Amino acid sequence: MALDNATVLERLRAALPDAILGSTEFRGDLSVYVRPERIVDVARFLRDDPELRFNFLENLCGVDYLGREPRFEVVYHLVSFTNRSRICLKVGVEEHNPSVPSLTGLWPGANYHERETFDMFGIIFTGHPCLERILMPEDWEGHPLRKDVPLGAEEVAFTFNQDRIYAHKPFAKE
Amino acid sequence: MGIEQKAGDMGIVTTSLEQLVNWSRSSAMWPLLFGLACCAIEMMGAQGANYDLSRFGMEINRASPRQADLMIVAGRVSRKMAPVVRRLYDQMADPKWVIAMGDCAACGGVFNNYAIVQGVDEIVPVDVYVAGCPPRPEALIDGIIHLHEKVKRMRLDGELREPVRLS
Repeated sequence: MALDNATVLERLRAALPDAILGSTEFRGDLSVYVRPERIVDVARFLRDDPELRFNFLENLCGVDYLGREPRFEVVYHLVSFTNRSRICLKVGVEEHNPSVPSLTGLWPGANYHERETFDMFGIIFTGHPCLERILMPEDWEGHPLRKDVPLGAEEVAFTFNQDRIYAHKPFAKE
Repeated sequence: MGIEQKAGDMGIVTTSLEQLVNWSRSSAMWPLLFGLACCAIEMMGAQGANYDLSRFGMEINRASPRQADLMIVAGRVSRKMAPVVRRLYDQMADPKWVIAMGDCAACGGVFNNYAIVQGVDEIVPVDVYVAGCPPRPEALIDGIIHLHEKVKRMRLDGELREPVRLS
């Protein structure tokens, strides 16, 4: 039995009315904006509710909306295999305090996704067992997918500027 | 009449030690197995039957840096891989050479971004750069022949003679 979005939203609002900030629907896909401190409650309800059974965390990622408040967003996609349905949860994250509760207590698979989101955006997942860099080297400074990180690594060398660029490039001597 | 002609029947060849050493170094150069990306496929193609790198004494890829003379960096080197590349290079016994195969190893290629080292010459000294994305096996073999020419004009004290131009 496929679940329609209105039913899902209705049950969610009835169970946790203070946790839901809003919702949008685009071509049949439901997105729900959740209060950051209540994300664990919402996810647990969606997972454990016998009617909904969104028991699979498909992915989790960060988004940087530079210039908007809140600047970051963490996006979760949950899947219900029994109901053949999907739901998207979005959580806004402030730039001055980029922290969200971790979902590793509900889905152990959230571990690596949250580490990657931390690595790329610097979003702190409180309660994560081992929040370290996963892709970038340990000594890399900053978080590369933030919009204020420069896109290119170095100036492209052409014949007119290669002398200036190569004068500063750290070539290995031996 | 020189001694070469006199000794010819006895199976003796006279040469300089330098030429003998360089000939043996360049004729049996063992590459380190070091495929990082798609260039490695072309490197395998160069070693396969069609292009047959073993004509140059290079049929044997060593999986251990201690047994290799030549590091062919075939592919892009990520910042996280960079210490590993340097460590493998340090573990190779002298004399050793490096070929930067492909645009990514030579200068970063299309990956002008935070994750990729902008040219492997930031980590290890490179002898020959082979351009291409990826270079065809002929280009790699051409680069290897250039390297052989370079090895052949090395003096025993490690200095290089004047370059020999391949026309």
